[in-house]
Amino acid sequence: MMRRTPRPLERLMGLFFSACGLTAVAFVLLISLYLILAGVPALRETGLPDFLLGRQWSPTAQRPEFGIAPFLLTSVYGAAGAVLLGAPIGLLCAVFLAKTAPPRLAAAVRPAVELLSGIPSVVYGLVGMLVLVPAVRRCFRLPDGAGLFSAILVLAVMILPSIVSVSEAALRAVPPEYEAASLALGATQIETVFRVTLPAASGGVAASVVLGVGRAIGEAMAVLMVAGNAANMPSLFKSVKFLTTAIASEMSYSSGLHRQALFSIALVLFFFIMLVNVLLNRLLKRKGG
Amino acid sequence: MSEPALLSVRNLELWYAPAVQALRGVNIDLPERQVTALIGPSGCGKSTFLKTLDRMCDLVPGVRVSGSVRYRGKEIYDPCVDVTWLRKQIGMVFQKPTPFPMSIYDNVAYGPRTHGVRDRPRLDAVVERSLRGAAIWDEVKDRLKKSALALSGGQQQRLCIARALAVEPDVLLMDEATSALDPISTSKIEELIAALKQRYTIVIVTHNMQQATRISDKCAFFLAGELIEFGDTTQLFSLPRDKRTEDYITGRFG
Ligand SMILES: Nc1ncnc2c1ncn2[C@@H]1O[C@H](COP(=O)(O)OP(=O)(O)O)[C@@H](O)[C@H]1O
Ligand SMILES: [Mg+2]
Repeated sequence: MMRRTPRPLERLMGLFFSACGLTAVAFVLLISLYLILAGVPALRETGLPDFLLGRQWSPTAQRPEFGIAPFLLTSVYGAAGAVLLGAPIGLLCAVFLAKTAPPRLAAAVRPAVELLSGIPSVVYGLVGMLVLVPAVRRCFRLPDGAGLFSAILVLAVMILPSIVSVSEAALRAVPPEYEAASLALGATQIETVFRVTLPAASGGVAASVVLGVGRAIGEAMAVLMVAGNAANMPSLFKSVKFLTTAIASEMSYSSGLHRQALFSIALVLFFFIMLVNVLLNRLLKRKGG
Repeated sequence: MSEPALLSVRNLELWYAPAVQALRGVNIDLPERQVTALIGPSGCGKSTFLKTLDRMCDLVPGVRVSGSVRYRGKEIYDPCVDVTWLRKQIGMVFQKPTPFPMSIYDNVAYGPRTHGVRDRPRLDAVVERSLRGAAIWDEVKDRLKKSALALSGGQQQRLCIARALAVEPDVLLMDEATSALDPISTSKIEELIAALKQRYTIVIVTHNMQQATRISDKCAFFLAGELIEFGDTTQLFSLPRDKRTEDYITGRFG
């Protein structure tokens, strides 16, 4: 028989671990609570419909207006544009890595893609500002290259790694029997990938895209450096502000209702990203089950 | 020769790796419109041999094949042979039923679509003909748009046979196509094979000796990558020429 001595140290450690676990939960609750408490007053003041749908953001005017439709739409367009560009490229890259690349080439490309996700967003912003923005200005003969278009390009590159890695995993998880069956019917490898493997991996691929949407909506720093930051309604080559960059760029000088309105923007952003996450979990679960 | 050989194999050798030889000097002539059964203990190379006939063995990295396989006189290992053409002629049904995760209709239409049939009425006709050919039409005709994954194992396997028939092959290879199925489904598929041999040349791998005697005309016994004996099934089972064949069919083998 095993002798079980009560070990005080072990119990202590157990308590310590649970405390650490609870800390994470506590922070989530704390942040949510704080956001709601801080974000609701300005919403009360302006009214939710006016706040969300108002096209005019002039917080420091004589008669200040707090309409965040420009930011909301910019975030939506920006994320959509980034996904529209990044998802096909990422998906094809995943197909290349998982299916068609010679193993050695894949082994060289994969770390490069992973490296992309390790680059700090301020570096994306810097390169965007110094290289991309001037290039866009010259290419399209604009007065200024900073705007929605440049932001979309930067975001598209930033979401690439997550789309590639999640899609690649999904493609690899497709049972090889499906592919063998398709090849045995006389399909080529490319036909097999596009007509059997990709549809079979569609749950994971969709999840990777939603993940990309989440990243794109949440990104602030890189976007701040290339989007121009004027509160315009979005248009491809106009200077724009995102939900995130509105907060980041105005918090330092705001006060009173303006500051409270920025908290409300954070609350909207928070719900937006939660929505995306719920969607993501749904997709992942459907794929697993 | 009594029957013309449809597939003629000479000195076929196959290595999975430099030190792993799975087929050793196989010579065999598979006759047209007959059922040939491949028997032998696990790991003797039956599946490998089957896969050399439609070049599915090409998919294994590092594999090396030497010797000759002629299909209707054409060397299939010739570099200029179009593998997709070959695999359209020589269909394969796997041990585990592998319907694609799509509708029953799309499963069967997959092959014809791959080979360029787009016309809807023509596809409908091919799907119906193939499903009838695989004796599963009556069971699925009301749910062609439903997922194939909802079918039972036996139905899935017959669907896979229908899918293979839909590309109008000449030869059908079946690797233990009934070993994952219950007895009723098995007998359905055995009946099906008996019917199909009117139009197709069929090569099956089976672990089940009774099955080989029930459904095959010719039988080939493999052992450790070698073809030990090949002949009429009745003769091979009643009067085996080789001692090792006799040991195997009487169950005196490890
Ligand atoms: N993909 C593979 N890689 C390496 N060795 C293999 C592979 N497939 C089969 N083999 C080996 O080749 C031999 C023949 O296998 P197989 O043709 O599957 O036998 P059977 O179908 O008669 O049971 C076995 O020794 C097996 O281990
Ligand atoms: Mg086998």
